[in-house]
Amino acid sequence: MSPDIASGADASSAPEAWTPSEQELDRREARRQQSRRSIAVAAISSVVVIGGIVAVVLRSSGWPVVQVTFFDPAVGRKVLPLIWDGFKLDLLLVVIATFFIALLSLSIALVRTSTAPALAPFRILATAYVDVFRGTPLILVIYLIGFGIPALSLAVVSYADVAVYGTAAIVVTYSAYVAEVIRSGILSVHPSQRAAARSLGLSPSLTMRHVVLPQGLRRVVPPLLNDFVSLLKDVALVSILGVVEGVRVAQVQADKIFNYTPYVVVSILFLMVTIPLTRFTDRVLIRSIARQNAGGTA
Amino acid sequence: MRKSFGSELVLRDVDLVVPEHTVTVLIGASGSGKSTLLRCINQLELIDDGLVLFDGVDLADPRHDRDQIRQRIGIVFQAFNLFPHMTVLDNITLAMRRVHKVPRAQAEATALELLGRFSLADKAPQYPDRLSGGQQQRVAIVRALAVAPKLMLFDEVTSALDPVLVNEVLAVVRDLRQDGMTMVIATHEMGFATQVADEVCFLAGGVIVERGSPDHVIHAPRDPRTQEFLRRVHEAGRL
Repeated sequence: MSPDIASGADASSAPEAWTPSEQELDRREARRQQSRRSIAVAAISSVVVIGGIVAVVLRSSGWPVVQVTFFDPAVGRKVLPLIWDGFKLDLLLVVIATFFIALLSLSIALVRTSTAPALAPFRILATAYVDVFRGTPLILVIYLIGFGIPALSLAVVSYADVAVYGTAAIVVTYSAYVAEVIRSGILSVHPSQRAAARSLGLSPSLTMRHVVLPQGLRRVVPPLLNDFVSLLKDVALVSILGVVEGVRVAQVQADKIFNYTPYVVVSILFLMVTIPLTRFTDRVLIRSIARQNAGGTA
Repeated sequence: MRKSFGSELVLRDVDLVVPEHTVTVLIGASGSGKSTLLRCINQLELIDDGLVLFDGVDLADPRHDRDQIRQRIGIVFQAFNLFPHMTVLDNITLAMRRVHKVPRAQAEATALELLGRFSLADKAPQYPDRLSGGQQQRVAIVRALAVAPKLMLFDEVTSALDPVLVNEVLAVVRDLRQDGMTMVIATHEMGFATQVADEVCFLAGGVIVERGSPDHVIHAPRDPRTQEFLRRVHEAGRL
């Protein structure tokens, strides 16, 4: 653990020059051969499996028709600018939704983990909220808010843009999920950390803010990124209210020209955002696991 | 003082007086209630019955502000419990800045001075996981000292350390004794107990079985339970 003690007296001296022994050189050569063999096996296996799948699809009797209706480059080029405009709205809605989800879910998680007596009614409400919205399909919440609130004919709130209702529905549903993720992070911080903070005279809220929450949030970054990827895709569901975002534009175009290429185009746009994000999430996850395995005592 | 966890009675009838500027050492087998006694003193655990008097005030009285009590009683834990997401310096200045509202510059100056005293000044910008166990524990002691407590509690602070690191931590405690710090120390290091203790208390079965000077309790125990315990410590080569 501590280099100054582990290496003792010769810690200050420079590393001595060293020629690898016969055995070591022999071992290295053997290791190189093994890795060359592994690479060859992986390459052959990939070509056989992926090539096989592609061959089956391309040789199927319906392929020529599918190629024309789904993968028509001319159609793709024509609809791309229109779909791109719609897709920009998707991205904007994601940014806005993320902001409100962060705010709402953090409040819910903090209320649910607090013990202050004054917050008792809010704890009950927060628990009920999470139970209801975690258990209701997102698409139903979008319908209920998107059609229900305008039907109430209330001042101001009933006369907003459909995109507002759609985004609100997503915020409401996702906040329930995210609040639970954050709460699990808060609960995963070892009680000894809280004891240490309280023993220094920190109040419960100072302890939460400076000691528990920073550690808890850090631990749930990977699952939160996962939820963010889901959010990126689910935001397209607001199209069912008639919001003219990427998927909706693709739908309109596809209906107009009786060709499904616009759907493929919008899918590729989504993938261009989600794939890098998923890779990034993977890396963060592996890093955080490595870190947790390294520092055990805390 | 009386304390139980569920149906398990840990402290049955413990009566302890710690005069100012003295060092009281608690010894006893694992599970004899040493740690619980310390945690009850600074109200990390609530007692079932009895009194915890500190400067004539009953700390167990819920009408007293526990956060204020704890600012005058420092505790150091067996597992260090440093905050892993903060640098050494931030660990030490946290309570000063957030609870006592000391300006950052002044808090950091105090922290660096304390760190320097225990030859840890160069560790200030590092995170706890870069430090050895002994260094981490000394930082934990500095963190507790930073708010200028009147009483320090040490809960088996060397149990997680190898023998070389044990000494560097115990040296810090000896230092504090020179300064006249009032301390209650739970430990398995009998040699250390002999050196620093004004009074040694042997706990067993939820009561203090035997108490007195180290010469008396550790080197000439009268109670058969103390004799048995020390014989086993001796066999384990820790005396």
